Amino acid sequence: MDAEKNKYSIIVPTYNERLNIALIVYLIFKHLRDVDFEIIVVDDGSPDGTQEIVKQLQKLYGEDRILLRPRAKKLGLGTAYIHGLKHASGNFVVIMDADLSHHPKYLPSFIKKQLETGASIVEHDMSQAVTLLWPGLSDLTGSFRLYKKSVLEDVISSCVSKGYVFQMEMIVRASRKGYHIEEVPITFVDRVFGSSKLGGSEIVEYLKGLIYLMVTT
Amino acid sequence: MLVKSELPELVFIANPMKHVLKLLSLLVVISALWIGLLQASIIPQSHTWVLPIYFIVSLGCYGLLMVGVGLMRFPTCPQEALLLQQDIAEAKDFLKQKGVDVGSD
Repeated sequence: MDAEKNKYSIIVPTYNERLNIALIVYLIFKHLRDVDFEIIVVDDGSPDGTQEIVKQLQKLYGEDRILLRPRAKKLGLGTAYIHGLKHASGNFVVIMDADLSHHPKYLPSFIKKQLETGASIVEHDMSQAVTLLWPGLSDLTGSFRLYKKSVLEDVISSCVSKGYVFQMEMIVRASRKGYHIEEVPITFVDRVFGSSKLGGSEIVEYLKGLIYLMVTT
Repeated sequence: MLVKSELPELVFIANPMKHVLKLLSLLVVISALWIGLLQASIIPQSHTWVLPIYFIVSLGCYGLLMVGVGLMRFPTCPQEALLLQQDIAEAKDFLKQKGVDVGSD
Protein backbone atom coordinates (compact mmCIF):
# COMPACT_ATOMS: atom_id res chain seq x y z
CA MET A 1 0.00 0.00 0.00
CA ASP A 2 1.38 3.37 -1.01
CA ALA A 3 1.92 5.35 2.17
CA GLU A 4 1.35 8.66 0.46
CA LYS A 5 -2.16 7.73 -0.57
CA ASN A 6 -3.42 7.07 2.93
CA LYS A 7 -5.84 9.43 4.59
CA TYR A 8 -6.67 9.32 8.28
CA SER A 9 -10.06 10.39 9.60
CA ILE A 10 -9.81 11.22 13.28
CA ILE A 11 -13.14 10.99 15.05
CA VAL A 12 -13.34 12.93 18.30
CA PRO A 13 -16.64 12.74 20.17
CA THR A 14 -17.08 15.74 22.42
CA TYR A 15 -19.32 16.93 25.20
CA ASN A 16 -18.37 20.10 27.04
CA GLU A 17 -14.77 20.08 25.89
CA ARG A 18 -14.53 23.74 25.08
CA LEU A 19 -10.92 24.11 26.05
CA ASN A 20 -9.64 20.62 25.40
CA ILE A 21 -10.88 20.45 21.82
CA ALA A 22 -8.71 23.44 20.86
CA LEU A 23 -5.68 21.90 22.55
CA ILE A 24 -6.28 18.53 20.94
CA VAL A 25 -6.63 20.05 17.48
CA TYR A 26 -3.45 22.04 17.89
CA LEU A 27 -1.54 18.98 19.04
CA ILE A 28 -2.85 16.81 16.22
CA PHE A 29 -1.73 19.34 13.65
CA LYS A 30 1.60 19.62 15.40
CA HIS A 31 2.32 15.91 15.40
CA LEU A 32 0.84 14.94 12.04
CA ARG A 33 2.50 17.56 9.89
CA ASP A 34 3.14 15.40 6.85
CA VAL A 35 0.07 13.27 7.09
CA ASP A 36 -3.15 13.59 5.13
CA PHE A 37 -5.86 13.69 7.77
CA GLU A 38 -9.15 15.22 8.78
CA ILE A 39 -10.61 15.71 12.23
CA ILE A 40 -14.29 14.93 12.65
CA VAL A 41 -15.73 16.49 15.77
CA VAL A 42 -18.97 14.87 16.82
CA ASP A 43 -20.36 17.18 19.43
CA ASP A 44 -23.50 16.23 21.31
CA GLY A 45 -24.99 19.68 21.71
CA SER A 46 -22.52 20.89 24.35
CA PRO A 47 -23.95 23.76 26.34
CA ASP A 48 -20.48 25.20 27.05
CA GLY A 49 -19.95 26.48 23.53
CA THR A 50 -17.65 23.72 22.29
CA GLN A 51 -19.05 24.10 18.78
CA GLU A 52 -18.21 27.80 18.75
CA ILE A 53 -14.60 26.97 19.46
CA VAL A 54 -14.58 24.35 16.73
CA LYS A 55 -15.84 26.95 14.27
CA GLN A 56 -12.99 29.24 15.25
CA LEU A 57 -10.58 26.36 14.72
CA GLN A 58 -12.11 25.75 11.33
CA LYS A 59 -11.35 29.33 10.34
CA LEU A 60 -7.77 28.78 11.38
CA TYR A 61 -7.12 25.35 9.95
CA GLY A 62 -9.69 25.02 7.21
CA GLU A 63 -13.09 23.42 6.98
CA ASP A 64 -11.68 20.58 4.92
CA ARG A 65 -9.36 19.60 7.79
CA ILE A 66 -11.85 20.04 10.63
CA LEU A 67 -15.33 18.73 10.12
CA LEU A 68 -17.95 19.68 12.65
CA ARG A 69 -20.74 17.14 12.61
CA PRO A 70 -22.81 17.83 15.71
CA ARG A 71 -25.87 16.12 17.12
CA ALA A 72 -28.75 17.61 19.04
CA LYS A 73 -28.04 15.98 22.38
CA LYS A 74 -26.03 13.35 24.22
CA LEU A 75 -26.60 10.21 22.24
CA GLY A 76 -23.75 7.99 23.33
CA LEU A 77 -20.34 6.99 22.16
CA GLY A 78 -21.25 4.15 19.84
CA THR A 79 -23.61 6.23 17.76
CA ALA A 80 -21.05 9.05 17.80
CA TYR A 81 -18.57 6.75 16.07
CA ILE A 82 -21.20 5.63 13.58
CA HIS A 83 -22.15 9.25 12.90
CA GLY A 84 -18.51 10.22 12.46
CA LEU A 85 -17.86 7.26 10.17
CA LYS A 86 -20.56 8.48 7.80
CA HIS A 87 -18.56 11.62 7.17
CA ALA A 88 -15.14 10.02 7.12
CA SER A 89 -13.38 10.24 3.79
CA GLY A 90 -10.17 8.54 4.85
CA ASN A 91 -9.24 4.89 4.44
CA PHE A 92 -8.15 4.79 8.07
CA VAL A 93 -10.07 5.94 11.11
CA VAL A 94 -8.66 6.98 14.47
CA ILE A 95 -10.94 7.22 17.45
CA MET A 96 -9.81 9.21 20.45
CA ASP A 97 -11.11 11.20 23.39
CA ALA A 98 -11.00 14.96 23.52
CA ASP A 99 -9.92 15.25 27.12
CA LEU A 100 -6.16 14.88 26.59
CA SER A 101 -5.99 11.46 28.21
CA HIS A 102 -5.17 10.41 24.66
CA HIS A 103 -2.20 12.45 23.58
CA PRO A 104 -1.91 13.10 19.83
CA LYS A 105 1.85 12.69 20.04
CA TYR A 106 1.30 8.94 19.91
CA LEU A 107 -0.54 9.12 16.61
CA PRO A 108 2.60 8.93 14.46
CA SER A 109 3.65 5.73 16.23
CA PHE A 110 0.17 4.25 15.70
CA ILE A 111 0.42 5.09 12.00
CA LYS A 112 3.96 3.77 11.74
CA LYS A 113 3.03 0.51 13.43
CA GLN A 114 0.16 -0.01 11.06
CA LEU A 115 2.31 0.67 8.00
CA GLU A 116 5.00 -1.69 9.27
CA THR A 117 2.71 -4.56 10.12
CA GLY A 118 -0.30 -4.03 7.90
CA ALA A 119 -2.48 -4.47 10.98
CA SER A 120 -6.22 -3.89 10.87
CA ILE A 121 -6.24 -2.29 14.30
CA VAL A 122 -3.56 -0.55 16.36
CA GLU A 123 -4.11 0.18 20.02
CA HIS A 124 -2.10 1.17 23.02
CA ASP A 125 -0.41 -1.51 25.07
CA MET A 126 -2.47 -1.94 28.20
CA SER A 127 -0.85 -5.11 29.51
CA GLN A 128 0.55 -3.03 32.33
CA ALA A 129 -2.88 -1.95 33.45
CA VAL A 130 -5.60 -3.65 35.41
CA THR A 131 -5.97 -7.23 34.31
CA LEU A 132 -9.13 -8.35 35.99
CA LEU A 133 -8.48 -12.08 36.05
CA TRP A 134 -9.27 -12.65 32.38
CA PRO A 135 -6.85 -11.39 29.71
CA GLY A 136 -8.25 -9.55 26.74
CA LEU A 137 -10.64 -7.49 28.80
CA SER A 138 -8.01 -5.40 30.54
CA ASP A 139 -8.47 -2.27 28.49
CA LEU A 140 -9.95 0.40 30.69
CA THR A 141 -10.62 3.23 28.32
CA GLY A 142 -10.40 1.32 25.08
CA SER A 143 -11.10 4.29 22.93
CA PHE A 144 -7.74 5.30 21.52
CA ARG A 145 -7.31 3.25 18.40
CA LEU A 146 -6.43 3.31 14.75
CA TYR A 147 -8.62 1.19 12.51
CA LYS A 148 -8.78 0.42 8.84
CA LYS A 149 -12.06 2.05 7.95
CA SER A 150 -13.70 -1.11 6.66
CA VAL A 151 -12.70 -2.95 9.82
CA LEU A 152 -14.22 -0.33 12.12
CA GLU A 153 -17.43 -0.40 10.11
CA ASP A 154 -17.58 -4.16 10.37
CA VAL A 155 -16.88 -4.24 14.10
CA ILE A 156 -19.35 -1.50 14.97
CA SER A 157 -22.11 -3.10 12.96
CA SER A 158 -21.90 -6.23 15.09
CA CYS A 159 -21.93 -4.48 18.47
CA VAL A 160 -25.15 -4.29 20.42
CA SER A 161 -24.28 -2.63 23.72
CA LYS A 162 -23.94 1.01 24.73
CA GLY A 163 -21.63 3.32 26.67
CA TYR A 164 -18.47 1.92 28.19
CA VAL A 165 -19.58 -1.62 27.57
CA PHE A 166 -19.78 -0.78 23.89
CA GLN A 167 -16.11 0.12 23.82
CA MET A 168 -15.18 -3.17 25.41
CA GLU A 169 -17.49 -5.04 23.11
CA MET A 170 -15.76 -3.46 20.14
CA ILE A 171 -12.39 -4.91 20.94
CA VAL A 172 -13.81 -8.29 21.89
CA ARG A 173 -15.68 -8.53 18.59
CA ALA A 174 -12.59 -7.38 16.72
CA SER A 175 -10.41 -10.11 18.17
CA ARG A 176 -13.20 -12.65 17.77
CA LYS A 177 -13.32 -11.93 14.07
CA GLY A 178 -9.62 -12.60 13.91
CA TYR A 179 -8.47 -9.13 12.91
CA HIS A 180 -4.77 -8.42 13.09
CA ILE A 181 -4.31 -6.20 16.13
CA GLU A 182 -1.03 -4.53 17.03
CA GLU A 183 0.00 -2.57 20.09
CA VAL A 184 2.08 0.48 20.83
CA PRO A 185 3.23 1.39 24.36
CA ILE A 186 2.04 4.77 25.58
CA THR A 187 1.98 6.54 28.91
CA PHE A 188 -1.14 7.84 30.56
CA VAL A 189 -1.10 11.00 32.57
CA ASP A 190 -2.92 11.20 35.88
CA ARG A 191 -5.71 13.02 34.10
CA VAL A 192 -7.29 9.73 33.15
CA PHE A 193 -8.60 9.54 36.67
CA GLY A 194 -9.08 13.27 36.85
CA SER A 195 -12.45 14.75 36.18
CA SER A 196 -15.36 12.84 34.80
CA LYS A 197 -14.28 9.64 33.20
CA LEU A 198 -13.75 7.07 35.94
CA GLY A 199 -16.11 7.60 38.82
CA GLY A 200 -17.66 4.86 40.90
CA SER A 201 -20.58 4.47 38.55
CA GLU A 202 -18.24 3.91 35.63
CA ILE A 203 -16.52 1.10 37.52
CA VAL A 204 -19.88 -0.49 38.15
CA GLU A 205 -20.77 -0.14 34.49
CA TYR A 206 -17.44 -1.67 33.58
CA LEU A 207 -18.04 -4.65 35.84
CA LYS A 208 -21.55 -5.09 34.49
CA GLY A 209 -20.09 -4.95 31.02
CA LEU A 210 -17.53 -7.63 31.84
CA ILE A 211 -20.27 -9.95 32.98
CA TYR A 212 -22.42 -9.17 29.96
CA LEU A 213 -19.52 -9.86 27.61
CA MET A 214 -18.60 -13.09 29.36
CA VAL A 215 -22.10 -14.35 28.89
CA THR A 216 -22.61 -13.25 25.31
CA THR A 217 -19.26 -13.78 23.61
CA MET B 1 6.72 -13.58 26.77
CA LEU B 2 3.54 -13.85 24.79
CA VAL B 3 2.80 -10.76 22.76
CA LYS B 4 -0.49 -9.52 24.08
CA SER B 5 -1.99 -9.14 20.64
CA GLU B 6 -1.70 -12.87 20.20
CA LEU B 7 -3.51 -13.62 23.41
CA PRO B 8 -7.07 -12.64 22.45
CA GLU B 9 -6.84 -14.66 19.26
CA LEU B 10 -5.43 -17.66 21.10
CA VAL B 11 -8.10 -17.44 23.73
CA PHE B 12 -11.02 -16.82 21.44
CA ILE B 13 -10.17 -18.70 18.27
CA ALA B 14 -8.47 -21.78 19.66
CA ASN B 15 -11.06 -22.02 22.40
CA PRO B 16 -14.42 -20.86 21.16
CA MET B 17 -16.27 -22.02 24.25
CA LYS B 18 -18.01 -19.20 25.97
CA HIS B 19 -16.28 -17.87 29.05
CA VAL B 20 -19.28 -18.62 31.16
CA LEU B 21 -19.27 -22.27 30.18
CA LYS B 22 -15.63 -22.53 31.14
CA LEU B 23 -16.35 -20.90 34.47
CA LEU B 24 -19.29 -23.19 35.10
CA SER B 25 -17.28 -26.29 34.31
CA LEU B 26 -14.57 -25.09 36.65
CA LEU B 27 -17.16 -24.60 39.38
CA VAL B 28 -18.59 -28.05 38.74
CA VAL B 29 -15.15 -29.63 39.05
CA ILE B 30 -14.43 -27.76 42.27
CA SER B 31 -17.83 -28.71 43.69
CA ALA B 32 -17.23 -32.34 42.79
CA LEU B 33 -13.88 -32.23 44.56
CA TRP B 34 -15.51 -30.68 47.59
CA ILE B 35 -18.27 -33.27 47.74
CA GLY B 36 -15.64 -35.96 47.27
CA LEU B 37 -13.69 -34.62 50.21
CA LEU B 38 -16.82 -34.61 52.35
CA GLN B 39 -17.57 -38.21 51.54
CA ALA B 40 -14.03 -39.49 51.86
CA SER B 41 -13.61 -37.90 55.27
CA ILE B 42 -9.88 -37.43 54.80
CA ILE B 43 -10.24 -34.03 56.40
CA PRO B 44 -12.53 -33.63 59.43
CA GLN B 45 -16.09 -32.80 58.26
CA SER B 46 -16.28 -29.48 60.07
CA HIS B 47 -13.28 -28.22 58.13
CA THR B 48 -14.55 -29.44 54.78
CA TRP B 49 -17.87 -27.69 55.12
CA VAL B 50 -16.15 -24.39 55.53
CA LEU B 51 -13.86 -24.85 52.51
CA PRO B 52 -16.14 -23.11 49.97
CA ILE B 53 -16.15 -20.00 52.12
CA TYR B 54 -12.36 -19.99 52.22
CA PHE B 55 -12.35 -20.46 48.48
CA ILE B 56 -14.66 -17.52 47.83
CA VAL B 57 -12.77 -15.27 50.21
CA SER B 58 -9.44 -16.20 48.58
CA LEU B 59 -10.92 -15.52 45.17
CA GLY B 60 -12.03 -12.12 46.36
CA CYS B 61 -8.63 -11.36 47.81
CA TYR B 62 -6.94 -12.48 44.63
CA GLY B 63 -9.18 -10.23 42.60
CA LEU B 64 -8.45 -7.25 44.81
CA LEU B 65 -4.76 -8.05 44.69
CA MET B 66 -4.81 -8.07 40.90
CA VAL B 67 -6.61 -4.75 40.82
CA GLY B 68 -4.13 -3.31 43.28
CA VAL B 69 -1.13 -4.62 41.39
CA GLY B 70 -2.51 -3.37 38.13
CA LEU B 71 -3.18 0.08 39.52
CA MET B 72 0.29 0.27 40.99
CA ARG B 73 1.90 -0.63 37.70
CA PHE B 74 -0.30 1.76 35.76
CA PRO B 75 2.23 3.94 34.00
CA THR B 76 1.50 7.41 35.27
CA CYS B 77 4.74 9.27 35.56
CA PRO B 78 5.01 12.84 36.73
CA GLN B 79 7.31 13.50 33.80
CA GLU B 80 4.46 12.95 31.39
CA ALA B 81 2.29 15.33 33.36
CA LEU B 82 4.97 17.97 33.02
CA LEU B 83 5.25 17.42 29.28
CA LEU B 84 1.51 17.70 29.00
CA GLN B 85 1.52 21.00 30.87
CA GLN B 86 4.14 22.28 28.45
CA ASP B 87 2.07 21.15 25.49
CA ILE B 88 -0.97 22.90 26.88
CA ALA B 89 0.94 26.14 27.41
CA GLU B 90 2.36 26.00 23.90
CA ALA B 91 -1.05 25.31 22.42
CA LYS B 92 -2.70 28.14 24.33
CA ASP B 93 -0.03 30.59 23.22
CA PHE B 94 -0.34 29.70 19.58
CA LEU B 95 -4.13 29.63 19.54
CA LYS B 96 -4.47 32.91 21.41
CA GLN B 97 -2.28 34.59 18.79
CA LYS B 98 -4.47 33.21 16.04
CA GLY B 99 -7.65 34.43 17.61
CA VAL B 100 -9.06 31.21 19.01
CA ASP B 101 -10.69 31.66 22.38
CA VAL B 102 -8.76 29.66 24.96
CA GLY B 103 -9.94 31.46 28.04
CA SER B 104 -9.69 29.74 31.40
CA ASP B 105 -11.96 26.74 31.83
